[in-house]
Amino acid sequence: MTGIVVIDDDPHVRRFLRAALGGHGHVVHEAGTIAEGLAQIKLHQPQLVLLDLGLPDGDGLVVLRALRPESKVPVIVLSARGQEGDKVAALDSGADDYLTKPFGTGELMARIRVALRHSGQTGGGAAPDVIDVGPIHIDQPRHQVTVGGSVVHLTPIEFKILVELARQPGRVLTHRQLGHAVWGATPVEQSHTLRVHVAALRRKIEHDPARPTWLVTEAGVGYRLRDEAPKPS
Amino acid sequence: MTERDDDERPNPDALLAQVKAEEQRANRARLKIFFGASPGVGKTYSMLEAARRAQADGIDVVVGIVETHGRSETAALVEGLPVLPRKLIDHRGVKLEELDIDSALARKPTLILVDELAHTNAPGSRHVKRWQDVIDLLDAGIDVWTTLNVQHVESLGDVIQQITGVKVRETVPDAVLERADELELVDLPPEELLERLSEGKVYVPEQVARAAQNFFQRGNLLALRELALRRTAERVDADVLAYRREHGIAATWPTRERILVCIGPSPGSERLLRATKRMAEGLHAPWVAATVELIGAPPHSAKDADRLDAHLRLAEQLGADVVRLRGPNVAAVLLEYAREHNTTRIVAGKPTHSRWRDRLRGSLLDELIRGSGPIEVHVIAPLEPTEPPPATPMIAERRGLWPFVVAMIAIVTATAIGLAVYPYVALADITMLYLIAIMLASLPGRGPSLLAASLAVAAFDFCFVPPRFTFAVSDARHLLTFAVMFAAGLVISTLTVRLRRQERDAILRERRTAALLAFTREVAAATDEETVAVVATRHLEEGLDAAAAVLVPDPTAGLVAAAGLMALAGQDETVARWAFDHRRIAGHGTDTLPGARVLAIPLVDQDTALGVIALQRRKGAPVFEADQVHLLDALARQTTLALARVHLGAQAREAALRARTEELRSSLLSAVSHDLRTPLAVITGAATSLRDDGDRLAPGVRAELLSSIVDDARRLERVLANLLQLTRVETGLQPAREWVPADELVGAALTRLEDALHDVAVEVEVEQDLLLWIDPVLFEQVLINLLENALKHAAPPFEIRVAREGERVAIEVADRGRGVAEPVSRLFDKFVRASSAPGVGLGLAVVRAIVEAHGGTVTAENRPDGGAVFRALIPAGTPPVTAVAKPAAAEVRP
Repeated sequence: MTGIVVIDDDPHVRRFLRAALGGHGHVVHEAGTIAEGLAQIKLHQPQLVLLDLGLPDGDGLVVLRALRPESKVPVIVLSARGQEGDKVAALDSGADDYLTKPFGTGELMARIRVALRHSGQTGGGAAPDVIDVGPIHIDQPRHQVTVGGSVVHLTPIEFKILVELARQPGRVLTHRQLGHAVWGATPVEQSHTLRVHVAALRRKIEHDPARPTWLVTEAGVGYRLRDEAPKPS
Repeated sequence: MTERDDDERPNPDALLAQVKAEEQRANRARLKIFFGASPGVGKTYSMLEAARRAQADGIDVVVGIVETHGRSETAALVEGLPVLPRKLIDHRGVKLEELDIDSALARKPTLILVDELAHTNAPGSRHVKRWQDVIDLLDAGIDVWTTLNVQHVESLGDVIQQITGVKVRETVPDAVLERADELELVDLPPEELLERLSEGKVYVPEQVARAAQNFFQRGNLLALRELALRRTAERVDADVLAYRREHGIAATWPTRERILVCIGPSPGSERLLRATKRMAEGLHAPWVAATVELIGAPPHSAKDADRLDAHLRLAEQLGADVVRLRGPNVAAVLLEYAREHNTTRIVAGKPTHSRWRDRLRGSLLDELIRGSGPIEVHVIAPLEPTEPPPATPMIAERRGLWPFVVAMIAIVTATAIGLAVYPYVALADITMLYLIAIMLASLPGRGPSLLAASLAVAAFDFCFVPPRFTFAVSDARHLLTFAVMFAAGLVISTLTVRLRRQERDAILRERRTAALLAFTREVAAATDEETVAVVATRHLEEGLDAAAAVLVPDPTAGLVAAAGLMALAGQDETVARWAFDHRRIAGHGTDTLPGARVLAIPLVDQDTALGVIALQRRKGAPVFEADQVHLLDALARQTTLALARVHLGAQAREAALRARTEELRSSLLSAVSHDLRTPLAVITGAATSLRDDGDRLAPGVRAELLSSIVDDARRLERVLANLLQLTRVETGLQPAREWVPADELVGAALTRLEDALHDVAVEVEVEQDLLLWIDPVLFEQVLINLLENALKHAAPPFEIRVAREGERVAIEVADRGRGVAEPVSRLFDKFVRASSAPGVGLGLAVVRAIVEAHGGTVTAENRPDGGAVFRALIPAGTPPVTAVAKPAAAEVRP
């Protein structure tokens, strides 16, 4: 049984989330404002927070700043399309993922699953030596990558990008987070350089790079390495 | 008796004027003047008494400024009335107290008392004269009561001077007097006044003796009283006349007289103006003051030009229309103007110069009288022998010594040739030689001509006239020869100088015409205020040798400089503001805020001020010449026209925009009612049947209902997303551009459409390593909308192609459907959609809006082998160089 705090000012959204999450065996604590939300989190110590960015008493980012870095509780941000800047800001402020309204229950559960899995790990530590995501197999000590059993040759930067994404499969990483991981604390490289490297990487690991299955682009936000193949709905 | 008919029937002009006057009187503030013959008759006292009565009647009275002159009775009357604090002006260490016009306007009482209408304000005040403050107050809708002595009435100035021997400097234009709604005569017989004076009730004691000696003589007072009474009576006459007119009482209607007075820089013009004013008043006739600028005449000296300007201003103050005429001959120009404007009388000054000049140059009066026909010509003598107008510099001569040297060489040469041929020719032939030399030497101007003539006479006399080699002349006939030589020199030099002046004039005029033409042409092309202002500023600065700025009203920031480098500091701005608000010229050299650095000319079109021209002359620059005044006039007029045109254009554009917005709104409304409601209807219907009858439905039906809910919710979301996107882009959202690999763009779009496209064939052909300068979020929408459009209206396989084409990048989505039938341009218009398919036709409109926001274009055409291709072309830009390492072995350890 997982405790989830839902912070959203719309009662209808809360009702839908309560029904959907409750149906999947989660315990839902609701809040309509930042203040209520923070109180609920303090009171119930949930395993996950669903956070709407537009709240009556301020920007949802306030909640993130109050939580981080002390609390590692995963936060999934709910936002509308067209607010890519807000999403990036939330992710860079420590949110774990985002969902664009409107979303389906399947998508919501998948994101929650991924977030809970990552929070279960000892975050921040070294990635395991061997990572498997779908058909992609990464052997870190040997710097070797195979896709569907056949070896692909990656440049060091492509390798770093792939490892960074594969460490947290299913989770979106912003351009800045990826740049930071690849080039260090002060990434001087511009985002288009990262884009070019990712495009090159995609050509090597995807069956059809124009219709990627695994390494997908979240326009205006960043990249995500899926942890399972998409199922047509 | 046609004449009688005219007399009995008020003419339409008069009726119109009366209607207008009534309208104005109903709205405008009232001016009441307490009018007296001399100081001490009790005007201020009467005014204060009346003010107290008004206050008692509940009227909001404020004392703007009242001089008690230390009289205790008067001071006692002021008590109890609210008094406006005076404004302290520091003038060369002396603190002067003035009416605080700004706080008076801010306080906005119903009625304000302003003593001594003729008062001259301290330098640095808003206006030169207090009566101008009063006009401002009246314009602001505040009733004004004021006091005035008869000796301060402008048109009576010289009469007063004749009576009292005192030249009155503080005068009030007659127009102000006529503006008064009420004129109350405060009368006191001279005996009583003198008694009051001796009792010390008029001035503070130490001033009495001096004042009485100069002014308060019984004779003076009597004459002044008579003047004041007469003036008031005239006023009553006018009121009676107005009353008669209003009530259609048949009375003697004055025939329409029209008077023209000709003035110039000579000091006598002032008297001419006043005399004409009195005549005009007596006849109730409009009058015009004209000045004629002679073509080819030298420009006025600075002093003359100043005086002429002062005369023209005086004429305006006295209520005349002012015209500046130009022509080759004063009399001809005047007569032509007079005839064109149905003038009945011409007033001219009596000449002060000798008769000889008339004989030589022709007399203006003679010509006027000869050519006047039915027009009466009045000649008025100057008040005092005026100083003759300063001799204008005779000619614009070519400067320098060289012409004189040439003159000497010419004469020496002539003498040398003469000596050489003397034995063979007659003396008369040698005279010819000298005449040629004089002619040559005379070309540059009068000085060299005189020198050449003198030298020629001397040399001829000395070398050739018997007895030779003496200056003696034996034959008187030779004296005539000498005279002819001088005359020839004079005539030729005069002619050449005149020619040169005319030439210079013609060049100037041509230049001005060309400048105006250029300006008109440039300004005609301008479509916005700023361009008009920029063009006008440049031409003003070039043509007038002054710093210029054009200011236009801004809804938020008041008056702003639309063009011009000149920075307007505090007072300059006030001047511009004043000129704009009052639609009158102000600033440097005018009567309003003359101390300012700038001259502000309002640009008025049909009673609306559209802007202001501000001009600032360089330090020490001379006054504007007549030419420049003409140019300024013309430029200001053209600028006004251009601004008016721009305004009209803007209004038309606004109207068109409003119409388009209106159209958009109505089509949006119909789209909303159809395309938003349809999915909502499906969702509601399906959901309610599931809720109400869920148990009774077959599992297949339930699944179908659930699917339709999900599908229609998605459809709704797409419509909303498109609407939102379109609004954003069309309201000016700037794309957040980045360099994005083409394959990433295509990949992202296909990923988002994964569900819809999972069993649809899509061929992708993307140029490798091609970077696009786009907003990735917006452009993803472009591809998605094009693909969704293909899904809805066409058949697969779809083809996506991204390739560089020269300076542009083409992004294409092609299909194998029926192709496009509609006009291609209309296809991208909002809410146009293929009739059968669902969904608002917003998708393609969004595509076009986004592509255009990227500086690109969209087209749609049919493919030769079936289907359609939608193509966006955007600028390729210059992609950055990226150091992407060529594929290296990942096994290689770092």
